[in-house]
Amino acid sequence: MKIAIFPPNSLILADLVERRGHEPLVLQSEIRKKVTSSEIDSPPLNITEEDPIKGLKYAAIEVPSGVRGRMAIFGPLIDEADAAMIMEDAPFGFGCIGCARTNELCMFNIRKRNIPVLELKYPTSKEETIELVNKINEFLDSLEEKNG
Amino acid sequence: MVKIAQISCGTDYSGVQKEIEKAAETFGAEIVIPEADLDYIDEAYGKFGFNAASSGIRLMIARAMSIVEGKSDADAVFIATCFRCAEGALLRNELRRFIQQNTNLPVVTYSFTERTKADELFIRMEALSTIVARKSLLAREKQEGLTMGIDSGSTTTKVVLMEDNKIIGTGWLPTTDVIENAKVGIKDALEGTGYKQSDIEGIGVTGYGRLTIGKYLNADLIQEELSVNSKGAVYLADHQRGEATVLDIGGMDNKVITVNDGIPDNFTMGGICAGASGRFLEITSRRLGVDISELGPLALKGDHKKALLNSYCIVFGIQDLVTSLAAGGSKPDVASAACYSVAEQVYEQQLQEIDVREPLIQVGGTSLIEGLVDAVSKTLGNIDVIVPEYSQYIGAVGSALIVSGLSTK
Repeated sequence: MKIAIFPPNSLILADLVERRGHEPLVLQSEIRKKVTSSEIDSPPLNITEEDPIKGLKYAAIEVPSGVRGRMAIFGPLIDEADAAMIMEDAPFGFGCIGCARTNELCMFNIRKRNIPVLELKYPTSKEETIELVNKINEFLDSLEEKNG
Repeated sequence: MVKIAQISCGTDYSGVQKEIEKAAETFGAEIVIPEADLDYIDEAYGKFGFNAASSGIRLMIARAMSIVEGKSDADAVFIATCFRCAEGALLRNELRRFIQQNTNLPVVTYSFTERTKADELFIRMEALSTIVARKSLLAREKQEGLTMGIDSGSTTTKVVLMEDNKIIGTGWLPTTDVIENAKVGIKDALEGTGYKQSDIEGIGVTGYGRLTIGKYLNADLIQEELSVNSKGAVYLADHQRGEATVLDIGGMDNKVITVNDGIPDNFTMGGICAGASGRFLEITSRRLGVDISELGPLALKGDHKKALLNSYCIVFGIQDLVTSLAAGGSKPDVASAACYSVAEQVYEQQLQEIDVREPLIQVGGTSLIEGLVDAVSKTLGNIDVIVPEYSQYIGAVGSALIVSGLSTK
């Protein structure tokens, strides 16, 4: 199944999803498509004026361009997902998209899709970390069972 | 090469990073990103004390701290955040203040949208580059010798002749032919002074026509209007230290510049409709049958609340004016309402984009309309508004002042 993760660039979450045989929907692969496109020349991410305009699908014109530009990339990943995992309170190193308003909108959009969503808090101890990994594995395995 | 440190949030996801770099390169500058690793972000964030929700904003804090603490090398700083981001707007100003208070680096701020193009950033990057390159010149607070400043604006050409910190001659005429107008302006400014053009020790030019006139006259200084106007305004207002805002409600468009110790750090320009410009007041005075010079005193006698003039559009504004007069509104009330209409539109459309700092130095031809100056002050909560003598000549005065440090003759 296709699993949206939040933060959408978390390598740890993406790796856990892949290990259980699912497809993680991650930011890196979307950015790779952009930066390897030879027709676009807008470094560093090859995002152009068109992207924040595409983001109007997710946020109104009065919303800052940085939020709309991010949503132009994350929004379709959320739309495409069969299930999702949200990790709140994670430090920068775990995965980060830089903008608190985009975080709020992404999490809201995931929740309102009515797909299976696993809500998690960033662990603060070894015990919590083990429990968290078990929870994630159980969630991902249950999706497989439901899926048949 | 001038190194401009970029402290920003959202430029990559808005697709404007390339435009910023292009604008800097055009003026011989290079954009550099200050160093900040993960540990330093937490450390700097803790030290600065602003609880920012966005990690991009926290990174801005760390980059600003890195410059202040000397961990990153830069000649100037460009601070930018997304337009309409409240957290970004708060930090843009706080970081600007933080850097200005703790370093001697020039700072320019900007709020961008996905539509921001390099040419909109040109004047800011040019100002940053010239502030760095001409730092000692811009520090000049006194004019010396015999110098001339020419401001070749889109609407009018202004010329001043200065000698030993005094304005001794002026020329002012509508711009129709850039070079011919400058020649007439120079002649007018020299008239009655006993000097001829060859006596002038230095000529400085600014405004839209600066390159053409500068080349024609072989000027000693050709400089963009942002730094020149700031310098001219604080010099004439005798407010060369500390913060101030320079407001120029022009005939066709409006400019607002915020300054710190006479050096500009933010700028907004535009005018959605002529209803928010001097043109509307010109038409108002014609309709009231008074000369534009009489409109200001007339407005001061009126009560703007007694006439309804609040349209954003110049066409509907004139309709409102005619309706108010037909309904028996007095000329002073209508004149006052016209001044308030312009002041309120400038406030709503432009001043909200910038952090207005006291005192506000009002300049340009419209600053001579007392009713408008009063309306601007009241609209901004009775802010202290200074209209210096020769307020319509700030660009020319700024040029004459700065070029006096460059005089070669």
